[in-house]
Amino acid sequence: MSDQPLVLDIEDLTIRYGGVISAVDNVNLSIRPGEVMGVIGESGSGKSTLAHSILGLLPKSAHIEAARFRLSGRDVNAMDDSERAALRGPLAAMIFQNPMTAFSPIHRLGQQLSDLLWRDGQMSRAEKRERIITMLRRTGIADPAAKLDAYPFQFSGGMLQRVAISAALLMQPALLIADEPTTALDVTTEAQILHLMRELRDQSGVAILMISHHLGVIAELCDRVAVMYAGQIVEEGPVEAIFAAPAHPYTQALLACEPALIRERQGRLPVIAGEVARPGGPGCRFAPRCSVAEELCRQASPPVRPAAAEGQRYRCVRDLA
Amino acid sequence: MVSFLIRRFLLSCIILLVVANLLFLMLHMIPGDPTVVALGPRSTPEMREAFRHMMGLDRPLLEQMGLFLLRLAKGDLGTDVWSGRPVLSMILDVLPLTAMLAIASFLWAVLLGIVLGCVAVMQHGKWADWLIGLISIAFVAVPSFVVALYALLVFAVALHWLPAIGAGGDDFTSQLKALVLPSFTIGLGWVGYVSRLVRAAMIEAMGEDYVRTLRAYGVNERRIVFSYALKQALLSVVSVLAIGFGTLLSGSVFAEIVFSRPGLGKLTYDAVISRNFPVVMGTVLVTSALYLVCMVLADIISAVLDPRVRSAL
Repeated sequence: MSDQPLVLDIEDLTIRYGGVISAVDNVNLSIRPGEVMGVIGESGSGKSTLAHSILGLLPKSAHIEAARFRLSGRDVNAMDDSERAALRGPLAAMIFQNPMTAFSPIHRLGQQLSDLLWRDGQMSRAEKRERIITMLRRTGIADPAAKLDAYPFQFSGGMLQRVAISAALLMQPALLIADEPTTALDVTTEAQILHLMRELRDQSGVAILMISHHLGVIAELCDRVAVMYAGQIVEEGPVEAIFAAPAHPYTQALLACEPALIRERQGRLPVIAGEVARPGGPGCRFAPRCSVAEELCRQASPPVRPAAAEGQRYRCVRDLA
Repeated sequence: MVSFLIRRFLLSCIILLVVANLLFLMLHMIPGDPTVVALGPRSTPEMREAFRHMMGLDRPLLEQMGLFLLRLAKGDLGTDVWSGRPVLSMILDVLPLTAMLAIASFLWAVLLGIVLGCVAVMQHGKWADWLIGLISIAFVAVPSFVVALYALLVFAVALHWLPAIGAGGDDFTSQLKALVLPSFTIGLGWVGYVSRLVRAAMIEAMGEDYVRTLRAYGVNERRIVFSYALKQALLSVVSVLAIGFGTLLSGSVFAEIVFSRPGLGKLTYDAVISRNFPVVMGTVLVTSALYLVCMVLADIISAVLDPRVRSAL
């Protein structure tokens, strides 16, 4: 395994809009082949921006800087737009939050799926169709041949997300980026989709970058997790270690807010007071909402420290290990 | 689909009936004695009386209306006051000419408008987009009579490329040549309008989530624009164009007068001037019917383009 390049290798990635505000700030992220990496955070924490930047899907107004940005060993930083477009699919494929809008409402699903397979120009229509049908069946869609002639509005959200996953897997990508793939679905469908993703990971060995704000989803699926707050990764490590002993005050607060983990009957559910601060200025970005913040937190940028468990790191001025 | 068409047909009949009644009442409310206009100021009272009787104008209004509707139901639009020719055959004589004019104007608007709109989208934010925007607004803003006069001056008078008046001879080439200037005159404003419309609709389409999906798979931008965004943009263009057809028909009145071209518009205009009531009624009714047909056609086209509409029918 170790001789294979990292599927995703990002060092010191900063994404700015309009020059000043950094939506993603000094992020390091690496994913090994076959690994499932979770990124968790509130709305506006920069997790989707991070995911979209990997495929170059950010609007032109986004300014991206990175010391290193590699997909399966290939330097994305040095590529122009067309080279980058050619990577989409084989190196990294993406599934999106809302399956109901991820497909064109006025084109047949079969046509859309075969358009996504545009690279295989030599492949005949019948061959493409055959491959699509096989993959749809693998993702649990009954009577896939008939479904190809249907339109997206004739499907349920869960079915469409299965189709989206099929589309991504047809690319045989090294990395599957899932941007909150179950947020728009109901709970039972969510469980089915997560089950499907885990099954596919076990079968095909695809690495997954799972973006979510749902702790349960992360715990269910991921090997490692990165916690994002206001554009920075504040804690990172193996899922078990972070759920067992969260080091960063934000991670602790996040876990305390998870309804499934609240043990006793409480009058009021716990909350993290305040809102995600607008990034900028010195000091820890979480300091205004942190229950244990000191004077030092507002002045110095916190360093990244190793925590108790192996591979667990957190960003805080205080040494909690 | 069939039940939809039947419903639309019945609705169209009701609308036509209402139009016919309104029209009938309106013509009777026009100030001035129609017999004086028709026969001239030097006509004798006896002549006017005889004319009034011949036209059925001396009967009670309700009876006149009933008779009119009865004839209408039989497909009889009455006869021309002057020539005694059946109005229906007069209309059918000129209808192909106006239809050709309207279709040609449509082609200008749709082909040029869509091409300009697509170029503007592909060059979004660059100078070509800006230039097309400017030209489009100019096309919409310039009055048709200015376009008509300059088109006449340049292409007919100075360059002698195209005929200035008429509808051409019997051969198709001369008919086509005679069609260019009037259809251009009517269509030009629509070119600008359609190009703006296509641009706006396509920019909206390009922001849709499914475009992001296609991009995330590295699908060629050209393919995204032409086989996805354009199809969605056409949906909104079709419905606007159908309504615009009414404007186009009234625009034909103007073009047919300026270019001395026989047609439905000119027939209507001449009939209004000479108070030739049966002809006015006939032409306006036929125009309304054409308009209704276009609305149904637009619905059918959007059903063809949009499966969601299709399933709702």
